[in-house]
Amino acid sequence: MSAPLKSYEFRREREASWRELEGLVGAAEKSGLKSLPADQLLRLPSLYRAALSSLSVARSISLDQNVVSYLESLCARAYFQVYGSRSNFFEGIRRFFAYSFPAAVREALWPVLIAAAWMILGSLVGFLLVQHSAEWYGSFVPVDLAGGRDPASSTESLREVLYRPGDTAESLYLFATYLFTHNSKIGLISFALGFALGVPTVLLMFYNGLVLGAFLALYDDRGLVWELAAWLSVHGTTELLAIVLCGGGGLVLARAIIFPDQYSRLDSLARRGRAAGTLVMGAVVMLFVAGLLEGFVRQLVTDVSTRYTIGGTMLAFWLIYFALAGRGRHYGDD
Amino acid sequence: MTDSSTVASPRPPSGPPAPAPKESGPAPARPRSERRIITPEGVPLAFQLAERGERAAAVLIDLVIMMLAIALIALAIVFLFGRVGVVEVGFGVTLLTSFLIRNFYFIYFELRWQGATPGKRALGLRVIDRKGGYLRPDSIFARNILREVELFIPLTLLLIGPGEGSSAWINLLTLGWLSVFAFMPFFNKDRLRAGDIVAGTWVVSAPKTLLLSDVAAEAKTATGSTQAVDPDYAFTREQLEVYGIYELQTLEDVLRQRGPQTEETLREVTRRIQRKIGWAGDEAVDSRRFLEAFYAALRAHLESRMLFGERRESKHDRKPPPGGRAGSDST
Repeated sequence: MSAPLKSYEFRREREASWRELEGLVGAAEKSGLKSLPADQLLRLPSLYRAALSSLSVARSISLDQNVVSYLESLCARAYFQVYGSRSNFFEGIRRFFAYSFPAAVREALWPVLIAAAWMILGSLVGFLLVQHSAEWYGSFVPVDLAGGRDPASSTESLREVLYRPGDTAESLYLFATYLFTHNSKIGLISFALGFALGVPTVLLMFYNGLVLGAFLALYDDRGLVWELAAWLSVHGTTELLAIVLCGGGGLVLARAIIFPDQYSRLDSLARRGRAAGTLVMGAVVMLFVAGLLEGFVRQLVTDVSTRYTIGGTMLAFWLIYFALAGRGRHYGDD
Repeated sequence: MTDSSTVASPRPPSGPPAPAPKESGPAPARPRSERRIITPEGVPLAFQLAERGERAAAVLIDLVIMMLAIALIALAIVFLFGRVGVVEVGFGVTLLTSFLIRNFYFIYFELRWQGATPGKRALGLRVIDRKGGYLRPDSIFARNILREVELFIPLTLLLIGPGEGSSAWINLLTLGWLSVFAFMPFFNKDRLRAGDIVAGTWVVSAPKTLLLSDVAAEAKTATGSTQAVDPDYAFTREQLEVYGIYELQTLEDVLRQRGPQTEETLREVTRRIQRKIGWAGDEAVDSRRFLEAFYAALRAHLESRMLFGERRESKHDRKPPPGGRAGSDST
């Protein structure tokens, strides 16, 4: 018996390159790919491919379990470095706004329109009910949201809320961040609840509409609706749009579960879920903008027509942005 | 333990924990938690799904880090702004930072560290794409946005309790409903949480394996020979036909063991192997050297058979004898 131990020769010839790759991967895991000098960075992919081919060979010729499992683990670690999320943080952000986000919105046009329809329906119902009987107001609008604005308030006090001058910059700042975090939470939840076949999402949209409609009806009763709309439009165009986008994202998930097309439900969710996530990430940014508008601009600008101008400009800006930015690119083109 | 088939197994009857599973049948099937992805180069890579416990521990570590960070930042901000006398701005900044940390902690680290967060890194876990592509930023967004319903809302409900004025029944229902999300990893074989489902990801454990020295190489250096075979111990073809790959790898494990009872184990294994293969030579051998020689010879034999497309998985794997090719690996 003098069969040459091929697997031993195989290992002896390649071990140096495995060790080199192991060193590179170890350094990259420790302090990031960027810490590697350029020449080593260039070696990484070729060493990785060499290790992969070693792994294929080892699987078919070697019975040394340690070598095979070592190569498995080495290749996996190198794979993470070579195919890890490859985005530079700022480049990623630029691409996100330049086309990922608007493309995701265009892709989800119908779900977003459906979410918007539910919200509009809710506000119609809320408006008509409160107009019919002011008692409905209390059951739609929670006390803390009403902030003392209810059917018992005098017209004067209702008007005053709309034109309250910014007391101090500080409290406005607090107010803006509170609104932002609160609204983002609502947005994130209405997206995440799309997972439950979209029923809670639709309900949330409808409920948001109810509150809005109730407010409108209350102010309409006092003949202040035109001014309320101006007050709302400053931030509301951005904010409501963002919440509708979140709801649309939730409905995308629901659609993926209910109508998976030719895919399995799991695959269908994975395909659509990512685009929906992008949509919601963008909506959170919009809510941030809305919070700034709401906290600062709205209380500082008290002129009705200026308020309409700001609100209208924002709305036009978003619509043009969604319609045109990165046009011709589909979501997922890289 | 008493039937004849186990007697021949190179597994010690007592002493250190046996390196092999109980049954001495064919090589163990792939564990249920193993998943394969095909790399863009076309090579399948195997990963072990992370245990649910490991994932829970990783999340706990991350939560502790987040809470500490929020608390420290809040203290620092309130202190600094309090000095200047604008406490309210301080509150605003605190609110904003805690929101940012809560929602972007996971996203930031998973983007920067290729699918790991400090907690995951501590436990050797990673997020990977189920299809084997690179982990895309939108996957990371999607899987972490869902944490809001899976993790933060149930946690808030549990820790802080519901808002005032909501009835106990509603709270119970809410909690039960949210638990469906929180415990989703327990209800599917891939241990996916809702976020993983939506993002198309797996969480796998990626431990480091060290490259140990080749056991067969030790057989050579022991004698200074360049051949794969120790000249003092020659085995016939029939003797090498007794065992298969499973036994070979169990022997590898035995030879890699280092412990107080190793010598005892090696002697026992040597005795059994000698009996099984009908060893005619000297019985009073150096156990380690004998086993290393046998390992090298057996591996050479099995590997050369493998080159001809015959994998003999274990000693029970009876393939028809390699008739015409008999000369290929014998002297």
